[in-house]
Amino acid sequence: MTVVVSPPDPAETAARPAAPRRVRQRRTPSDLAFRGVIRVGGIIVLAVMLLVGIFLTLRAVPALRTMGWRFLTAQEWDPAGGDFGVAGVLIGTLLIAAVAVVIAVPLATGAALYIAEYAPRRIAPVLVNLVDLMAAVPSVVYGIWGLYLLQPHLLVQGEHGEGLPRWLATYLGWFPLFRVDGFDPSDPLGSNSSLTSSTFIAGIIVAMMVTPIISSVMREVFSQAPVGEREGAYALGATRWGMIRSVVLPFGRGGMIGGTMLGLGRALGETIGVYLVISFVFVIQPHILQVGGGSISSLIALRYAESNPIGIAGLMAAGLVLFAMTLLVNFGAGLIINRSRSGAASDA
Amino acid sequence: MTPRPTAYAGDLAAPPSPEPPTAPPRPATTIPVRPDHPGAERRRTTSTVRRTDVFAVLGAAVAAVCLTALLFTALTPFDGALGFLVVAYLLFLACYLVLVRLDEAGPVVRDRFAGVLVHSLAVTMLVALVVVIGFTLFRGREPLAWANFYTQDMRSAGPLDPLGVGGIRHAIIGTLEQIGIALAITIPLGLLCAVFLSELPGAFSRFVRIVVEAMTALPSIVAGLFIYATVILALGRQKSGFAAALALSVMMLPIIIRAADVVLRLVPGTLREASLALGASQWRTIWHVVLPTARSGAMTAIILGTARGIGETSPVLLTAGFTQFTNANPFQANQVSLPLFVFDSIRRPDATMVARGFGAAAVLMALVLLLFVLARLLGGRAPGQLSRAQRRRRALASRRDAMRFARRAAAGSPPDHPNQR
Repeated sequence: MTVVVSPPDPAETAARPAAPRRVRQRRTPSDLAFRGVIRVGGIIVLAVMLLVGIFLTLRAVPALRTMGWRFLTAQEWDPAGGDFGVAGVLIGTLLIAAVAVVIAVPLATGAALYIAEYAPRRIAPVLVNLVDLMAAVPSVVYGIWGLYLLQPHLLVQGEHGEGLPRWLATYLGWFPLFRVDGFDPSDPLGSNSSLTSSTFIAGIIVAMMVTPIISSVMREVFSQAPVGEREGAYALGATRWGMIRSVVLPFGRGGMIGGTMLGLGRALGETIGVYLVISFVFVIQPHILQVGGGSISSLIALRYAESNPIGIAGLMAAGLVLFAMTLLVNFGAGLIINRSRSGAASDA
Repeated sequence: MTPRPTAYAGDLAAPPSPEPPTAPPRPATTIPVRPDHPGAERRRTTSTVRRTDVFAVLGAAVAAVCLTALLFTALTPFDGALGFLVVAYLLFLACYLVLVRLDEAGPVVRDRFAGVLVHSLAVTMLVALVVVIGFTLFRGREPLAWANFYTQDMRSAGPLDPLGVGGIRHAIIGTLEQIGIALAITIPLGLLCAVFLSELPGAFSRFVRIVVEAMTALPSIVAGLFIYATVILALGRQKSGFAAALALSVMMLPIIIRAADVVLRLVPGTLREASLALGASQWRTIWHVVLPTARSGAMTAIILGTARGIGETSPVLLTAGFTQFTNANPFQANQVSLPLFVFDSIRRPDATMVARGFGAAAVLMALVLLLFVLARLLGGRAPGQLSRAQRRRRALASRRDAMRFARRAAAGSPPDHPNQR
């Protein structure tokens, strides 16, 4: 960019000393071409992205017109019969994401704090790479891990289903969320079938997928906490945890919430891990330990091959609902991150 | 603990010199007397870890394991390995707190407690990662040992055939082609858009940024559904690898743009201003200053986007179709990819198909790992840090410059230099 400063006219400056000088920008042809090219790139991306959103909305309209608000309250999926809705799978999606976030956030916070504050300088980069690698592990790998190791060997072992879900259902079954219908801990012949393929297990698998995402956002923010304030806290006699509590965590609060919501957005949209493990039901299933559950994304994976147009429109509408949810969550995350100090520019 | 008062006195206090200093009698600056051996004063350790801390951790661990063993074998009807771990961990925390509480004050106790908690959470995460990867490799070890697993497809292998027949060649080819096409679309477009967002600020680019940020929320299955509804249902094309690549592109594009945009915005404004002040044009500034500074971060963004795209199953499930045959043409007919193969074979009832699925998952993991290592080797450095080859190139360029200057100085006045015209 070439900035041409026109020399001030001496007579004029003498007449009006306070007048600002005229500053003109003249760009070289190569600059103009360059700006044109990148602007075109931006326009193409914008067009593609808008196309996705508009197309989804347009194709979803027939389903929404047929069902109206009942689309959000109906608990079955029978497009040919004219009655379909996402109430059950919507609640299922939220429950799975909630389980995932509840498990993932403490883990991610711990790992991020360890890498940013506790790890020896030499192994910290290795750990950063490991967390990134964990984020890169394909979701189908987490899915088969859940299906073949987590569920049969760690959580619901043997024919009685010994493990954490059984323990929770036995001792915390009075709490509606943990109740399991048809499960009797004192029944010696009780089988494990009522404890498998539940929202809880799907949630753990999804938690494995979102933990590294949350963790890497948090670590990034933690490591940007200003050195001067850290040293100030130490100089005032703070212990390491005291320093973390008074400097790092307040500084990184925006990043923590933002990272969590980013993970939540990903957890809401996760398909394959849920699809592999859960046994699908369309009704609202609020008991997270009980067999059966569902999510919007696995509904799409399950029913996309439907040939009738209204079925596809229904799936589009379900996808739109899911997208609207993740969009809301992500925008919330963006707002929180932007309002916090961590988003401030760090030019020195 | 260790009664060594004499040793301490010898360590810390400088020994009084036996003879008085031989300085002139008039008042002057006195030179401090130093001990003969500078090594006489032992260097103090500045480490914050004390022996008692280590003892407290070890003691608490031993006590917790013993207590838990007692609980599980004699006192209560508990059982189960996971339960043992959880109970032992809780007891460990309790014992450790009590031990630290014995000789420390409140803030220090809280510090130690938080330290132990953070360490154990980090270890949990590490263990989880190792278990996921190790389990996949372990279950997939049998098919990986067969050479035909990599060189054949499944056309002649029924689900009950042994591992000596059939393989995943078709899935490997499909994965590489689909991710290649997706990258050929997303890298240029994504980087262009990211540069646009960070270099041409304004109302329009703000709007584009908002839309892109919104699209990072797009669930991958919805991206697949979009391509399924447009390319396959509306345009009437058949399912193909190209459709799958398009779905992957729609999914990866916002991820790459956002990550690259963040990295570009982190480039210090002072660098940019320095380049502009030296008279460089805007595109030269971006090409020679901004992009090289952000290269490492942008590389990471691209690689992480790739790793996510390569393992994504749901968009491919809707758009690529499934086949047992090798199909090297991504524009025509069904083309299977590794995640899709894993997804399909893992749900079969036959043990050999499940084993093949795990083998394919292990190959997929290896591919992701390879990408990852490649990314770190190519661009894993902080801005300004150079690899050895880069340093050598810089040194060579600098030597060439020096020689050019010397030649020019020897030749006389610069204007007659041929390169100047």
